[in-house]
Amino acid sequence: MSEAARPVQFRGGGFKPGMRRGTGLAVFILLIAMIEWGTRAGWISNLTLPRPSDVGLTFVDLWQTGLLWDHLLPSLGRLIVGTLLGVTAGIGVGVLIGLFTYIRAGLVPLVAAMFPIPKIALLPLFVIWFGIGEGSKYALIALGTFTPTVVAAYGAVDNVDRTLIRMGQSFGLSWISIVRKIVLPGALPGILSGMRVSVAIGIILLVAAEMLGAEFGIGAYILQAGSLYDLERLFAGVVILSALGVLTSWAIGMIERRVLRWRV
Amino acid sequence: MVVLEDLSLTILAGRITCIIGPSGCGKSTLLRLFGGLERPSEGQILQSGEAPAGCLNPLTYVFQDFALLPWRSVAGNVSLVLEDHGVRGATRHDVIADVLARTKLADFHDALPKQLSGGMKQRVAIARALAVNPAVMLLDEPLSALDAQTRELLMDDLIALWTRQPFTGIYVTHNLAEAARLGHQIVVLSRRPGRLRDVVELALPLTDRHPGQADLEALQTRLWELMREEAEAADQELSHV
Repeated sequence: MSEAARPVQFRGGGFKPGMRRGTGLAVFILLIAMIEWGTRAGWISNLTLPRPSDVGLTFVDLWQTGLLWDHLLPSLGRLIVGTLLGVTAGIGVGVLIGLFTYIRAGLVPLVAAMFPIPKIALLPLFVIWFGIGEGSKYALIALGTFTPTVVAAYGAVDNVDRTLIRMGQSFGLSWISIVRKIVLPGALPGILSGMRVSVAIGIILLVAAEMLGAEFGIGAYILQAGSLYDLERLFAGVVILSALGVLTSWAIGMIERRVLRWRV
Repeated sequence: MVVLEDLSLTILAGRITCIIGPSGCGKSTLLRLFGGLERPSEGQILQSGEAPAGCLNPLTYVFQDFALLPWRSVAGNVSLVLEDHGVRGATRHDVIADVLARTKLADFHDALPKQLSGGMKQRVAIARALAVNPAVMLLDEPLSALDAQTRELLMDDLIALWTRQPFTGIYVTHNLAEAARLGHQIVVLSRRPGRLRDVVELALPLTDRHPGQADLEALQTRLWELMREEAEAADQELSHV
């Protein structure tokens, strides 16, 4: 009459990517080991890819001669000044667009028109406006980081919980208090995640600007190496850029963990 | 679209007025009108008399979804509404300590909202409302986001708070049990456009009302009978959005 009892099969779970420490590093090491093996065994010709150990040696050489700092420091300076200008202006304009109807109506189409312009195309113009020196490089990086920051910032302000703003009004908070204590902190997560994109774009534009006229800088170094088809030096430069990208992304991650501890 | 129509109400000082009605009848709109968060297309909301001394924000809300700033601690959320009214230093500290003690939150001074249960969050919101020493508390379905047991606990807390220091309360709810427990006066609205259906007065002191009490149950049944048809009709209505 009664059948044998069977256990219920588990069918939940999954769809929840977790964190596995070291997996990323393992993929990196495996890939580099493959290339090393390939170039040594000869099934990757040394015209296709440089030997990773040679790239490493070039890098050590760069370090020892002090050339690394000669190239890296000017690049870092340009990246920091340019990004700082662009991101600050972008957050300012983005928040204004988020707060005021007329500014939104007037500037959103302008930002939409500026966004898709390849900023590198404007470099000759910047050279006329700001000179061949650092000015044009700052301007290029600033403009490149400005547009994505604006879009992220006003999106973030739009997404601030309206019930919190109503609450502020119902307690008689002043307009400036509502902006400072409710809107800005509420928009911070969105602004910070927009900064990840902005800084990455900043690094791309940094190299572009340095390729078009600089004696020192990672971009100039890569360009020189490229025109001599010196793959070891080219890749050493590319590795520095990647490291810069990872470093900035990590730094923003740190800031997020510190400032956004309240997030659920 | 007309949400409320031909509605004339007097709210009495020092008593709790509960407003009930079928869903979508404009209860919450009415409450937002009371506090000046909404502008009536016709008619007026008048306040008579002066607010009590030390009152920072005469018309103060407690919201259904708590509306706590997630980046501020419990004390910081209370502090927020004092900062703008120029309450500083030791005074602010004392006010915060006092309201947190009255809402049983003294041990949670530095906790963040994400660490608190729903009931605790609403206690913080009530503490915040008490901090500005309001003339009228506007409670917008304050217990609707909570489970039934927490709701009982918070009702007891509200009764205790009122008994210690009677306040004028306007309490919007769709829960008839809450209205029967907390209301000195229960206003029943019709479905949209909301009109005054009935006003029920309750003389029984708040402290003498207990869950499951026969006369309160009878009152709830009476209120439900008043609303039933309207609620059914409201349920069948298509919304015109």
